[in-house]
Amino acid sequence: MAKRIDVSGLTAYYGTHRAIDDISMTVEPRSVTAFIGPSGCGKSTFLRTLNRMHEVTPGGRVEGKVLLDDENLYGPNVDPVAVRRTVGMVFQRPNPFPTMSIFDNVAAGLRLNGTARKSDLAETVEKSLKGANLWNEVKDRLNKPGSGLSGGQQQRLCIARAIAVEPQVLLMDEPCSALDPISTLAIEDLIGELKERFTIVIVTHNMQQAARVSDRTAFFNLAAVGQPGKLVEIDETERIFANPSVQATEDYISGRFG
Amino acid sequence: MSHTAIKDTRTPVDPSDGRGSLSQRSLPRWAPTGFAAAGLAIGAGVGAGAGLSSKVQWGLIAVVAFLVISYTATTVVENRRQAKDRLATSVVWVCFVLAVIPLVSLLWTTISRGIGSLDPHFLTHSMAGVIGSDPNGGVYHAVIGTLEQVGIATVIATPIGLLTAVYLVEYGKGALARAVTFFVDVMTGIPSIVAGLFILSIMLMAKIGPSGLMGAIALSILMVPVVVRSTEEMLKLVPNELREAALALGVPKWRMILKVVLPTAIGGISTGVMLAIARIAGETAPVILLVYGSQFINMDPFNGAQSSLPFYIYEQYKIGEVEAINRAWSAALLLIAFVMILNLVARGIARWKAPKTGR
Repeated sequence: MAKRIDVSGLTAYYGTHRAIDDISMTVEPRSVTAFIGPSGCGKSTFLRTLNRMHEVTPGGRVEGKVLLDDENLYGPNVDPVAVRRTVGMVFQRPNPFPTMSIFDNVAAGLRLNGTARKSDLAETVEKSLKGANLWNEVKDRLNKPGSGLSGGQQQRLCIARAIAVEPQVLLMDEPCSALDPISTLAIEDLIGELKERFTIVIVTHNMQQAARVSDRTAFFNLAAVGQPGKLVEIDETERIFANPSVQATEDYISGRFG
Repeated sequence: MSHTAIKDTRTPVDPSDGRGSLSQRSLPRWAPTGFAAAGLAIGAGVGAGAGLSSKVQWGLIAVVAFLVISYTATTVVENRRQAKDRLATSVVWVCFVLAVIPLVSLLWTTISRGIGSLDPHFLTHSMAGVIGSDPNGGVYHAVIGTLEQVGIATVIATPIGLLTAVYLVEYGKGALARAVTFFVDVMTGIPSIVAGLFILSIMLMAKIGPSGLMGAIALSILMVPVVVRSTEEMLKLVPNELREAALALGVPKWRMILKVVLPTAIGGISTGVMLAIARIAGETAPVILLVYGSQFINMDPFNGAQSSLPFYIYEQYKIGEVEAINRAWSAALLLIAFVMILNLVARGIARWKAPKTGR
């Protein structure tokens, strides 16, 4: 179910501006890979190229290959909609659909894709909410609007919504940056459980979080403001934090810059 | 050590004063009301004393007096900065009152003159065989005409306007979108008589007779740009994050628009459509040119002349008899009520459909 991602020679543009340059890496299945690096270094842009959300931005385009178990996401006949069903995404700010109830939010992916069967829907919603550790808090008010939940609950609702469509890979773009420490802890625990079933890629500004949740860590950097971001190194999280092979990584992690 | 240590003592407060440096003398809260009353009194006094006949002059003197009093009084009691603040607030209030006076006066005149002959007989009878000085006669045929023409125009214009706005916000980029935006802007400024002449020229070329449908088509030309503009603004207000959230779930773009973007904006969109209807409900020129007007009940909007409320008002007022002018006022009241009810309905829909935040 979880799939491996192989990126080779990936360059992404916004119009004529090159945002990330020639990135190659492998993301292992059933593991958590964390992206760290200073602001503007292209972590989020790179994450969005992994499910073709980058091209939703006007002027966004990509060169290079992203292989999902040997199938190129940027191949000539690939449907971006199908890619996004396979590679789900959780955003920085919780964004439940304001017109829908909690139940409808979780069911949204299935309903809007037209793949829902009425009998399975309630079961899938319950399973997804349990998977996101939210079931006990909302089971008595599934028909209330999703925007009435707290920030941390909303973010877990968005995770439930993302896993309800059974993706193979889950991308998370700073999922805890708008949350308090307790909600952050809840989501980190959740990430630990989800990696049994999904391949998870998480962008974070919080180094301790990367160290806590991830198996592998990638460090991104940029030469100067306006220059494209580059992948500096990717390695086992323990090695990155204890004994990185590049000086810049050590400087960044120990707070000497960035 | 030449520097003395910072002493932990409080700045001495003048004990006789009893106020800190942050508080000051201030006017009581009823002061603005008092200034306004004084201004009105001066306006009335000077006006009556000098024998000015125009009440507008009384009002202007009152306004100037009110502004001068509030500025000087505040300068004397408080200070210059407070006085400027008070002056700006006063100007805002004066402008507000000036804007409300004509509205209230219009409503009052229409209600007081129109309510008299607005009775069931008036609502259920046409003008067939009724001469100008006859107090009988009614508005039924005009109400039918307005409802049918505006209804057909709405059915034509709403889908076109809605889809154009969706195109502009969700798909349009480049030269075509810029051209569409430009022409929508130009269309907003088309006078209704020009839209009427445009349809009339087609009618003459195709040898089509007058009918409610022709009027409705001209009205829809006037309505489309209003719907496009308001819908466009509402769709732009939908956060991009919601679009991305839907796309990231693997939802095709058209379903994203249909199930996420439009429901989120539906409250504002319906308000915009209602306002567009209110705008075209009062148009007279296309009806004169294309529907001709009629004294008789014609239920069929596709064949033959019809009347409509604005046309009826114009027609009755032109007769000049007291009874006919009374009918014109009643029809005007009916038209205002129609537009007001539409606005209330729009507000109701907007509140009912607005994204909910309750827990």
